[in-house]
Amino acid sequence: MTRRVRLALFGVAACGLAALLLWSITGLPKFGDYHGAYGKILNKRAPQERQTSNVVAAVVFDYRGFDTMGEELILFAAVMGVAMLLREPREEEAPVPEDPVRSDALRAFGVSFAGATLVLGLWIVAHGYVTPGGGFQGGVVLAAAFLLVWLAGSYRAYRGLARAPFVELAEGSGAGGYVVIGLCALLIGDAFLHNLLPYGVAGKLSSGGSIPLLNWASGLEVTAAFVLLFNEFLSERAVLIDPTRRPS
Amino acid sequence: MSYLPFVLAAWIFLVGIFGIVRSRHFIHLVVCLSLTQSSTYVLLLSIGYVKHGGAPIFKDVPLGTKAVDPVVQALTLTDIVVSVTVAALLLALAIQAKKHAKTMNPDELRPVRG
Amino acid sequence: MVPLQATIMILVALGALAVALTSDLVRLVIVSSAYTLLLVVLFVVLQAPDVALSMLVVGTIGYPLVLFVAIRRDRADD
Repeated sequence: MTRRVRLALFGVAACGLAALLLWSITGLPKFGDYHGAYGKILNKRAPQERQTSNVVAAVVFDYRGFDTMGEELILFAAVMGVAMLLREPREEEAPVPEDPVRSDALRAFGVSFAGATLVLGLWIVAHGYVTPGGGFQGGVVLAAAFLLVWLAGSYRAYRGLARAPFVELAEGSGAGGYVVIGLCALLIGDAFLHNLLPYGVAGKLSSGGSIPLLNWASGLEVTAAFVLLFNEFLSERAVLIDPTRRPS
Repeated sequence: MSYLPFVLAAWIFLVGIFGIVRSRHFIHLVVCLSLTQSSTYVLLLSIGYVKHGGAPIFKDVPLGTKAVDPVVQALTLTDIVVSVTVAALLLALAIQAKKHAKTMNPDELRPVRG
Repeated sequence: MVPLQATIMILVALGALAVALTSDLVRLVIVSSAYTLLLVVLFVVLQAPDVALSMLVVGTIGYPLVLFVAIRRDRADD
């Protein structure tokens, strides 16, 4: 099928799909006219039942905690897929290339902000169930802190900081920790992922039952997954050595 | 005017598929795929919106103030982070395809025979 | 509907068209990040701060890095 035929076929199909979508939109309630009952009940009852002020975090880690476990396993499987595709078997350990940073501004920025980004990431993960934030958002910020080490220093320093066995162990413990916390509830006699700890008072860090544990487990897993992803993509020699640079 | 966000979601979906059909490079294809995915986020959040409602965070806010639906926000936020890893998997597949077929143009790839 | 919501929705529609029509790869990464920032503002206007934080973090850190490295690997193999 040539390109032109494909585009013409798409044009026809797109008109049909657009008509169908516009017809289906007329059946929806108006924007702002929310009819669902579940959301209204959750907003009224969740802050007192689970003692968390962030209702979205309570939904992610408590009311729909099983779905979040599924999402974490998707993350785990996707990173494993990338590692399998891009990791080449090497007979002997190839020397890690040295690529010094050539820009002073980049180096100054990286040095001053790597520590601040680490603290910011830890803060976002820790306060995830009190204010907007959580394990998923904070985990990516923590991975960015590692990345700033690569940008400000050299690749060798970054690989020294993010050693493969530790990162893989962290990712496994994050994903497995989530499941283990759920299984602990089974051991006690409750349902899977049932609450383990006392609830506390909403608004403090020690509130929410087992939500903080699940929060930190998912934060650890997301951080390790992204660092592993960066490792796999950056490990090729051709990426790091500039092909246009003349050897000195 | 009150149906604008839903029309926006349908528009982004169709534009994303148009980009996929028209693309000449695998990386452009992956970016358009994630564009199509973002239309679902817009649709979910627009369905959960309550008129004059605030965010569903109740720190120092009295219980009972009008707030938007938290369930759709929970669905969307995990989806966003996971979609990046899936896009990375697709890019890794594209890089591997280049090693065998020597091309990144979706039009030039032939199905494997034999 | 508040005028702010209508304005940002129209900008998002234009941004989506820009992403689909850009063909140069490095420019595509920058345009895609700009579209992500427009989406962040849309999510804040729709009263979803958690989702906005998630999209912001992913669209500025996760996605451009993965795309740039893929582009570099693609060009290095030529």
